[in-house]
Amino acid sequence: MFRFIGRRLLVAIPTLFLVVTLAFFMMRAAPGGPFDSDRKLSPEIEQNMLARYGMNKPLGQQYLDYLAGVAHGDFGPSLKYKDKTVLDILRENYRPSLRIGLSAIILASVVGVSLGVLAALRQNRSVDYGVMTVAILGVCIPTFVTAPMLVLVFASKLGWLPSAGWNDGAIQNLVLPVTVLALPQIAIISRLTRAGMIEVLHSNYVRTARAKGLPEHRIVTRHALRAALLPLVSYLGPACAGLLTGSLVVEKIFGLPGLGKFFVISALQRDYTVVMGMVIFYAALILLLNLVADLLYALLDPRVRLG
Amino acid sequence: MSTSILIPRSGKGAEAMQAAALKGRSLWDDARRRLLRNKGAVAGMVVLGLLVLAAAIGPHVTPYAYDEINKEDVWLAPLIHGHLIGADALGRDLLARLLMGLRVSLAIGLVATFVSLVIGVAWGAVAGFVGGRLDELMMRFVDVLYSLPFIFFVILLMVTFGSNIILIFVAIGAVEWLTMSRIVRGQTLTLKHKEFVEAARAAGLSQGGIIARHIVPNLLGPVVVYVTLTIPAVILAESFLSFLGLGVQPPMASLGTLIANGAQDMELAPWLLIFPSLVMVVTLMSFNFIGDGLRDAIDPKDR
Repeated sequence: MFRFIGRRLLVAIPTLFLVVTLAFFMMRAAPGGPFDSDRKLSPEIEQNMLARYGMNKPLGQQYLDYLAGVAHGDFGPSLKYKDKTVLDILRENYRPSLRIGLSAIILASVVGVSLGVLAALRQNRSVDYGVMTVAILGVCIPTFVTAPMLVLVFASKLGWLPSAGWNDGAIQNLVLPVTVLALPQIAIISRLTRAGMIEVLHSNYVRTARAKGLPEHRIVTRHALRAALLPLVSYLGPACAGLLTGSLVVEKIFGLPGLGKFFVISALQRDYTVVMGMVIFYAALILLLNLVADLLYALLDPRVRLG
Repeated sequence: MSTSILIPRSGKGAEAMQAAALKGRSLWDDARRRLLRNKGAVAGMVVLGLLVLAAAIGPHVTPYAYDEINKEDVWLAPLIHGHLIGADALGRDLLARLLMGLRVSLAIGLVATFVSLVIGVAWGAVAGFVGGRLDELMMRFVDVLYSLPFIFFVILLMVTFGSNIILIFVAIGAVEWLTMSRIVRGQTLTLKHKEFVEAARAAGLSQGGIIARHIVPNLLGPVVVYVTLTIPAVILAESFLSFLGLGVQPPMASLGTLIANGAQDMELAPWLLIFPSLVMVVTLMSFNFIGDGLRDAIDPKDR
């Protein structure tokens, strides 16, 4: 097990390295620079600015310098926000994204799995059709439709919840964004769970468990659910990475501070170091969560051998 | 055909034995019949046909042009002054804009999906067929691109080439091909070693014949299914970009820009949000129903 983790981490390093390289050169190939502004800077000032951030060196040298910095855990200073390093910006802004993303994942998993199991146990009956209708709607209604609609109903018309703002993460400010983020995930998770459960419930070992005379709830929770959750585990890995790094739409509509918004602004302003920092963060998170998913897979399915 | 009594009507093994000699009921005939029996899929096709028709003809027959500004019609509610579903903040007819937006969104969906189809199938088939080192290299490249955030590509492409509509097609297609290439590669890998391919080879069919008669038709199933699921994903991606102000630029409209603008004015004029959202949801749903139906029809073992 530890050898497996160690090897996976070793493989992750070249992947991460390629991601950094690709992102670095793609971004530099794009026209414009961080010091472009409406007011034209005098050439001397621009030269000084470039020199200060080491950007007057040849591109290859800058790339090597950057890699050396990253290897030491130094992601450099922001080019746009004076006196702030990339790590400062990440640290100050990840909290809302993390909190909302994590709440949405937990909510979606609990509700999605329950609905999926329910639908599978009542296959082709009204409960099943109801759940599947909700699932299709959830996949087809984009977040930028649900978000304004929910705001219109619960904030503007009923006045139960605030329409926007972070308010230091107060519960009532979290309800709408978390719901909006969780809805499409609930749809996907319930579909995956239902499909997995239906397949497993027809398998030989479930029949054996039935023949042994185990009570139905034990068969479902102990035997069937465990195997039925396998496809879900591999789906949740990348999905979590997306949710945790901040949803742009939700952050924009609800006016939340978070990583997603920062990412777009930084990319548009060519704040190279900040964008690179976020790309690395995102890629590392995806690699890590995929590893966790594989470990969970082995934990749930004894037939899978790590090695 | 009376000679086919001993041969199961469908199934891959049978297919190989039939080789070129017999003309039985093909995989595709079966799939079509199964698809037409699926109520959801048929409903999806009918609704989608109507939407396409509306998007094609609609903008030419509406009383107002999509970019025609009418100062006295600002925020008119539906059914007043010939604005069937109201007018927006500049007094532009919502129906005309909605039909135009639907046209743009559908076009983006089709073109971007086509781009992703071409790149994805070529990439995946080469990787799967050649195998070995090259396969590993090509798939590692896909992994790396997977780990980059979608919005990163799009912003870079936008700032490099400026924000024009053709580029949005290409940008989205260039991102969506990754999954396609994985699916195609996986299929090619399994097909390469299947018994019916061996059987066809033993029966003396040429390499080209094997690819044309056995690999491609079997590859096509999952690809077609994935295409019908990619189109709504692309429409969604475009709307998402437009919502962030990176997509289609005004006065041109897409479903995404209409929803984004509608969300801004929803307190004053809720119809500006409701109608575009409705069209969007119906469009995505019909594609999804068709995709699900196709999957069941082409891959009957899941039933």
